[in-house]
Amino acid sequence: MTLFYVFAAVAVVASLLVIAQRNPIYSVLLLIASFGALSGLYVLLDAPFVAVTQIVVYAGAIMVLFLFVVMLLNAPHEETDYDETVHPLRRPGPMRFGAALAVALVVELLWALTKSGGETGAFPGAAVSSVRTIGRSLFTNYAFAFEVTSVLILVAMVGAVVLARREGGPSAPPSA
Amino acid sequence: MPAITPLLVAQLVLVVVVFHALLLSAAAMVWVERRLAAALQQRLGPIRVGWQGLLQPFADVIKLMFKEELRPKAADALLFALAPVISATCAFAAFAVVPFGARTTFFGLLSEPMLLQVADVNVAALVIFAIASMSVYGIVLAGWSSNSKYSLIGGLRSSAQMISYELSYGMALVSVLLVGNSLSLTEIVNGQAGAWFGVIPRWFIFLQPLGFLIFLTAGVAETNRAPFDFPEAEQELVAGYHTEYSSMSFAMFFLAEYVNMVTVSAVAADLFLGGWHGPFLPESLGWIWFLLKVSALLFFYVWMRWTLPRYRYDQLMKFGWKVMLPASVLNLIATAAGVLYFGG
Repeated sequence: MTLFYVFAAVAVVASLLVIAQRNPIYSVLLLIASFGALSGLYVLLDAPFVAVTQIVVYAGAIMVLFLFVVMLLNAPHEETDYDETVHPLRRPGPMRFGAALAVALVVELLWALTKSGGETGAFPGAAVSSVRTIGRSLFTNYAFAFEVTSVLILVAMVGAVVLARREGGPSAPPSA
Repeated sequence: MPAITPLLVAQLVLVVVVFHALLLSAAAMVWVERRLAAALQQRLGPIRVGWQGLLQPFADVIKLMFKEELRPKAADALLFALAPVISATCAFAAFAVVPFGARTTFFGLLSEPMLLQVADVNVAALVIFAIASMSVYGIVLAGWSSNSKYSLIGGLRSSAQMISYELSYGMALVSVLLVGNSLSLTEIVNGQAGAWFGVIPRWFIFLQPLGFLIFLTAGVAETNRAPFDFPEAEQELVAGYHTEYSSMSFAMFFLAEYVNMVTVSAVAADLFLGGWHGPFLPESLGWIWFLLKVSALLFFYVWMRWTLPRYRYDQLMKFGWKVMLPASVLNLIATAAGVLYFGG
């Protein structure tokens, strides 16, 4: 139980610091720390496969690309195009929209937590978290959702390639 | 709090032994590399310090310790200090899940047999992959935090290279996992016991020749070794991501490179060369076979570095995406079909 609180505290503090940082590189690194703590929580839940996947996919692949982009843009500090002295709710449209969404999320979370009272009892553990079981249910019970998700990712990939292609030329030469 | 049993003590001792063995193996590799390079170039290499120059790596370490720790003025102090630590930590952490011998009681010293592996994780193969993907951060952060153009380009190249080759590396790994029908390295090794027709050992290299080639090539690219050592192409980038590092923080990158080499070779030996299984020796001495196989792979690494010239960077990326990746995907599909047909 102590370990749970350690990982949970790291995850929460790191996530909060992600948005409190001015330097985007530190934000990215703190997000990785938070993913690491989440992965620790999965291990505590007896789900080593999910834990490792969390590291491989999020911390290892996606965040490297994040870091890449931040480094290439070489933005040491976040640039704000609004007046920081103005109250958040009085700033231009997108800010207000974001604030409203944040409030909605908090309300929703509170509602969900108070209504169900949270899951109690033992976690099924190793029985459902073995790679074999996960693979079987992915390709039988959840085959439709799985395939639809892959199509979604494919669409995003094609979109990225279309956006990255230079106008006119067949393709840009590979560069570092 | 678990009770202190002989098994627990033995496992703690194993942790310490493995850690120091890795440190020593890095030192030994430095010596082997310099002597072999010299031999390949018809020179003598270091022969003055100790017998045949065997103490040269230790002399180097002492020299490095007494050097001044430099940091560029405009560098990001925290990340600059953190980057070599990340590199070295990832290098050592990966070896924790590599099994290197059969269960043993140490000649009856223990009441129950113990596995020669620091941590027996049932998803060990994936853990190694995860830690390898984390080690990119050490290099990227070193490149960025130095605030130097050479370092930045070195860091960017290295991460682009590691991301590209990680895909083929992973695909080759998945093919072996399919053949071995497990994610646990111990079970994969045990699946390679025995021999076909009594002569050919049942190593997965014979079932996965293409997979082995892809794994080795991607492994060389992952560890940033020649002919794929672009991050530190000295003619273009001075020393790449560690240009600005000196003294012990440079030593940590150096150490990480050699430990990574040992780990990749050890994993390849476990996945493709039957780990500790081999003829003539009893099961309890299997780790000797393991050491021999790892040494052979390490020799291959050094041999290749001093034989092949470095590729051009765009050739490397083209090769990674247009040759390695399709080949590894085809290999994976063929393996999956084979496993389905022959009932794995």
